[in-house]
Amino acid sequence: MKEYLALFRVRFITSLQYRAAALAGIATQFAWGFMELLAFSAFYKVNPGAFPMEFRQVVTYIWIQQAFLAMFMVWFYENEIFAAIQSGAIAYELVRPVDLYNRWFSSSVANRLAKAVLRSMPILIVAFLVPPPLRMSLPPSGGQFALFFLSTFLALGVVVSFNMLVYISTFYTLSPVGARIIAAMLADFLAGSIIPLPFFPAGFRYVAELLPFAAMQNMPLRIYSGHISGTAALYGIGFQIVWLITLVGLGKFLMKHALRRVVVQGG
Amino acid sequence: MRLYLKFLSMHVKSQMQYKVSFFLTLLGEFSASFAALLGVWFMFLRFHEVEGFTFQQILVCLGTILMSSSLAECFGRSFDRFPQMISNGQFDRILVRPRNEILLVLWSEVDFSRFGRLIQAVIVLSYALFTCGIGWTWLKVVTLLLMIGGGTVVFFCLLLVYAGISFFTIEGLEFMNILTHGGREFGRYPYAIYGDRVLKFLTFVVPLALVQYYPLLYLLDLETSFMYMLSPLGGVLFAPPAYGFWRFGLRRYTSTGS
Repeated sequence: MKEYLALFRVRFITSLQYRAAALAGIATQFAWGFMELLAFSAFYKVNPGAFPMEFRQVVTYIWIQQAFLAMFMVWFYENEIFAAIQSGAIAYELVRPVDLYNRWFSSSVANRLAKAVLRSMPILIVAFLVPPPLRMSLPPSGGQFALFFLSTFLALGVVVSFNMLVYISTFYTLSPVGARIIAAMLADFLAGSIIPLPFFPAGFRYVAELLPFAAMQNMPLRIYSGHISGTAALYGIGFQIVWLITLVGLGKFLMKHALRRVVVQGG
Repeated sequence: MRLYLKFLSMHVKSQMQYKVSFFLTLLGEFSASFAALLGVWFMFLRFHEVEGFTFQQILVCLGTILMSSSLAECFGRSFDRFPQMISNGQFDRILVRPRNEILLVLWSEVDFSRFGRLIQAVIVLSYALFTCGIGWTWLKVVTLLLMIGGGTVVFFCLLLVYAGISFFTIEGLEFMNILTHGGREFGRYPYAIYGDRVLKFLTFVVPLALVQYYPLLYLLDLETSFMYMLSPLGGVLFAPPAYGFWRFGLRRYTSTGS
């Protein structure tokens, strides 16, 4: 455990070095969230009754999504991992006395956390200050916030374990860039990155809520705003735990299988 | 020009060397914008209209913006990568060649995988144009072409400005993404739905609305004045300042060393 924590710390500190990039990122994400909300409010004006969530809930959904983007989006791949597999540098990783799955998992988590911690605070502060219709609100209760907190980390775990499956598939296919983009786009869409799941048409929504992608950003963002609360929230967290265990288990199994027959590219 | 065609055929040949990989990237690009399209469709299944625009009318908007942005990104790909060109010294090699530096930068890379989006734009547009109930006249055909052409110019100039900024910062400025990528992503709806202030900004500062919202009104017979029809030409006015900014940056440029 100690070695993973050490790795975690190293990655965390490295990411904190790029402060200027973070500043530009913050401004971008803020503007992005703002535009997103303006679009939703245009639809809200057309027909408030057709809104499947309260407008206030959509507002917090979008702001938290933008603030913690680096934690929730599948498309933040670690290009180093792809490069390691394709260039053969993986050989060096294999001689180290740490489990490769755990190592990649913890360094991805660290990377995402560092990015999110650095960027989220300023975005959230401004989001709490903008004028009312678009102002971020607090969660309905302390308990709800605790559930949100727990759910966020589970979501991060599910996202990274899904990423791991994509990395591992590179062993088998040397998967080209296109396949990665498709996987990420599909996952993010079904996780509610473009529009929240409640906005999906009934049939689509029913299916989407059973898939592992619903255990990603969908859950914490809706728990924070109180759209999923009480026992439904507890059920949701159970749902996330089940998918997390399944994906990690699958990943570890495939990794073991892949490493047994791995052919290191190049000399 | 002959030289450019030669470069172009070189790029086609080199990208065709890895066919499977190329087509998958094409498909990836397609899926990226397809997700956005699906989002729009889902919203319209629920709301049917926004600010008085119907789904088919919004698709005209989405299609033209998607088409012009993917054209600009296909041929202006090297501006997107320009920060790297500066930091690895590739740009210095370009400067010593006896041709216009913008052209040489442009020729250094062409990204045909953007055709994945272009194909989608063509499909969306052809569906939208037949179903949105526009009474076609020659003037409207011209307007549509102006929208696409003007849009390509504006997106292209945004990339040029993005590249120009990196003369000063060496790194790319992530904030420009809100204009380049954001302009494309949010251009799926007429810019007017984002409210007055956003519309003014996109009219007078970055003229994206001139190639999208105003001519759209003309296409849909909501406005009949020629001003609306010709407004994409106004978007082209964005080119001289963008070019000027690039020149200004170039004069101040002092390599990054080796």
